[in-house]
Amino acid sequence: MATVDIHTQADVHHHDDHDHEHHHGNFWTNYIFCQDHKVIAKQFLITGMFWALIGGTMSVLFRLQLGFPEASIEWLRPVLGGWITPEGKLDTEFYLALVTMHGTIMVFFVLTAGLSGTFSNFLIPLQVGARDMASGFMNMLSYWFFFLSSVIMFVSIFISTGPASGGWTIYPPLSALPQAMSGSGLGMTLWLVSMALFIVSSLLGGINYITTVINMRTKGMSFSRLPLTVWAFFFTAIIGVLSFPVLFAAALLLIFDRSFGTSFYLSDIYINGEALPNQGGSPVLFQHLFWFLGHPEVYIVILPSLGITSEIIATNSRKPIFGYKAMVGSILFITILSFVVWAHHMFVTGMNPFLGSIFTLLTLIIAVPSAVKIFNYVTTLWKGNIIFTPAMLFSIGLVSFFLSGGITGIFLGNSAVDIQLHDTYFVVAHFHLVMGSASFFGMLAGVYHWFPKMFGRMMDDRLGKIHFWITFIGVYLVFFPMHYIGIAGFPRRYYSWTNFELFNSFADLNMLVSTAAILTLSAQFIFLFNFFYSIFRGKVAPANPWKSNSLEWTTPRHPGHGNWPGEIPTVYRWPYDYSKPGAKDDYIPQTVPYSETPESNLPHENDLIKLEMEDSGAIVVEDKKH
Amino acid sequence: MMSLIIGLGVILVLFILYLIFRIGRLVGLVKGTKEKEHAGNDIHGFLFLLFCIVGLAVFAWYSYAHFDRYVLPVASEHGAITDHLFWITMAITVVAFGLISVVMFWFTYKYSYDENRKATFFPDSHKLEIIWTVIPAIVLALLIFRGLRAWNDITSPASEQAEVVELIGQQFAWTARYPGVKDKQLGDINYKLIDAVNEFGLDLTDKNTYDDFKALELHLPKGKEVHLMIRAKDVLHSVFLPHFRVKMDAVPGMYTNFKFTPTKSTEDMRAELGDPNFNYEMACTEICGKGHFSMRFLVVVEEPEAYEKWKAAQETWLKQNPDYLAKVPSALREVAMIKSGIPVESEAATAATAQTVSISN
Repeated sequence: MATVDIHTQADVHHHDDHDHEHHHGNFWTNYIFCQDHKVIAKQFLITGMFWALIGGTMSVLFRLQLGFPEASIEWLRPVLGGWITPEGKLDTEFYLALVTMHGTIMVFFVLTAGLSGTFSNFLIPLQVGARDMASGFMNMLSYWFFFLSSVIMFVSIFISTGPASGGWTIYPPLSALPQAMSGSGLGMTLWLVSMALFIVSSLLGGINYITTVINMRTKGMSFSRLPLTVWAFFFTAIIGVLSFPVLFAAALLLIFDRSFGTSFYLSDIYINGEALPNQGGSPVLFQHLFWFLGHPEVYIVILPSLGITSEIIATNSRKPIFGYKAMVGSILFITILSFVVWAHHMFVTGMNPFLGSIFTLLTLIIAVPSAVKIFNYVTTLWKGNIIFTPAMLFSIGLVSFFLSGGITGIFLGNSAVDIQLHDTYFVVAHFHLVMGSASFFGMLAGVYHWFPKMFGRMMDDRLGKIHFWITFIGVYLVFFPMHYIGIAGFPRRYYSWTNFELFNSFADLNMLVSTAAILTLSAQFIFLFNFFYSIFRGKVAPANPWKSNSLEWTTPRHPGHGNWPGEIPTVYRWPYDYSKPGAKDDYIPQTVPYSETPESNLPHENDLIKLEMEDSGAIVVEDKKH
Repeated sequence: MMSLIIGLGVILVLFILYLIFRIGRLVGLVKGTKEKEHAGNDIHGFLFLLFCIVGLAVFAWYSYAHFDRYVLPVASEHGAITDHLFWITMAITVVAFGLISVVMFWFTYKYSYDENRKATFFPDSHKLEIIWTVIPAIVLALLIFRGLRAWNDITSPASEQAEVVELIGQQFAWTARYPGVKDKQLGDINYKLIDAVNEFGLDLTDKNTYDDFKALELHLPKGKEVHLMIRAKDVLHSVFLPHFRVKMDAVPGMYTNFKFTPTKSTEDMRAELGDPNFNYEMACTEICGKGHFSMRFLVVVEEPEAYEKWKAAQETWLKQNPDYLAKVPSALREVAMIKSGIPVESEAATAATAQTVSISN
């Protein structure tokens, strides 16, 4: 800390207009319409947790139907009412509504808003050394647009015709025609409105993240000294800003088709005894537009988690992340490629087969940077000194999921093999492991790791570990068996299998999957208890509980609005100087100059000492330039 | 009452759990003995390794013991090729998965925290990075190469001699239309002509429609190339023939195509599986509404002779619905009757003629 003090005194005049921080303002400005990135992050987190609970519960509901098709769920009538048939079964259309809402909620509300919204908001200013986001007001708007979007989506669950039910990909014509299914009526309208607001929220947030990372890094925080979390959030935001507008366009055209009689996606349809006038549109066009967002979206979901994991694995292995530049390079490469692989979701949709060849090629290329990331994680563990905090456990779990879910992508990305596997449970297993569970684990790891910074207290270690083991084993029990079911050809989104002789097997595996799903969901209540209990009663957190290098741990236990009470610390080194040979501790925070650590400096770092000296002399000059 | 008791019981159990948690923490505080830093850390490394070994063992056992349950026998020419590619990919990925998993979980076990040890500062190695960039790239390139060759063969246009069958998806059933034995051409359609009877939307001004016939089972000849022309009436559907490794969406407003050659008749497959009741089935794999899970279509693969016999025995659509003769232009009516197999002097025909006459009057 000494270093920080030195520089605080060096130029006290640098105090800027952020001193009005603590406890000014009232309840509304401090906790509700707050512009402090840390409060907004917590708002995103709590809302995300709320949605995760709903999305998870929905999955258990439809897993009950799939795992125990004979059982009566009459006992759920008080909750589900008319969605239970007189025979005590789940309504077939409501089954699809559950599947659809589970997908929408998990992908967008939990793993996009809940994950990026929480950690990009919380960590970017703290880790780059900024007082707040570039625009606190836009940041606040971002949350409240998300909130509004959430309210509308939530309301749609309760309307009498049911929420949107055409799958989270809302392919028209099914989603465009209310006569095709009841969920395509008001439910679909609300879905589209909600998603439009969601996109606004996501863009407001994304622009802020990008601007903050580019413009508001503290002195010395060059791009090559950014923690990998920030790199990941930065690229995630870029992907979001470039791809979400396309979903907006797709949704807008769908709204036109639904409400104003246009024919962008509709052609030659005869339904309910009536030939519709629409001609000339193409449902395949929608799929192109949807997946132009939809595929980058899976990277929007997974990249922040990979960033979080990089940071946590390095910290808790007490080793620098292996191949920092390769990690950044692979994120960059994934970001670029994520825009040119979308049609691998569409090999058998009637798209020109030549396109299929191109997208096979591009898709399998993206496996290379992903593989590099896994190898680098494993090498980071090698000869480390691994401390299994709950965050570390979840991070290792993430790497395992990313591996087992990632390799099945090599099957699905290969168009010839995909013919058989497309839209079967093999796909369900693939994406739930590689982006669903992996991102979810990243999110949990992040919460465990940064909880002390968020709330100034520690979460209970033992409960965290119990939570991890049940969830880790539970997730594998849920999704691993699905590979077999998928290879056997079982299609997705089926309410029951009994109509087919071919699919009239695997009742045992389906029962196992459903039981494991219930177990896994139950384990999340351990987490919820731990989370809320620890906010109020957890052990008081030390300043730097994980002995981590990055900048957020130099703030006070409860950072106010503005994050650092005095001068923003200057950064002198990258964030991964763990277990450096010669150093007395096994970590050297980013704020320690090379001039103070001659014993551990590498040759080229000794050369930097001179630069450090020059820089501190040049501060005033630089300030004038601003 | 029962549910109230259950509810109370659940609350009680939760409360007891909470008490145990509280007492555990308080005891820890009272003891005050500063626990060794990171006590109990090793157990997790061990658990990871155990999980890895047990997991891989169960994976290997189930994959071996239940092989016949989850692997569908293949019954088409291209299916044998894509299956081969599937299993090559499986071999490569399972080896990679097993190796990386074992190495990773071994590391978590081997290198779990020891206060007397310091981690090795090992920030990068260009050699390693290049090795594990290049090796996956080469392996993937091989897979891509094989995959694309298969894909290009599968998606190349069907030959002129292929048996054409039209499959139509609608909520929630499939129908098939065959081009008929006389002209072997599918007649024109127009979705605006669809009604309760003319479910294909046959355009009866086209001569080729007259001998088309409808089938509620998909009959296919063994050993002959089949060209499926697929469309949908209302929303997206998807044709899925699991044993033939065939999948293609049915899209309203356009035809999609899939060509393949069945290699095993239904009888062959029954013999192979030792199941006299076996039938090929077709399913829908694109969400299409509440009956999505029930769009079963029976598939029958026969020896070519039996297939031709079956085709010849089918009544044409027009013969089944002679009322629609009225919609045939009068100049073509005789052709229509001959091609559709309606006896020229039949009552229905005269009735239809009379009807047209009355309309034209």
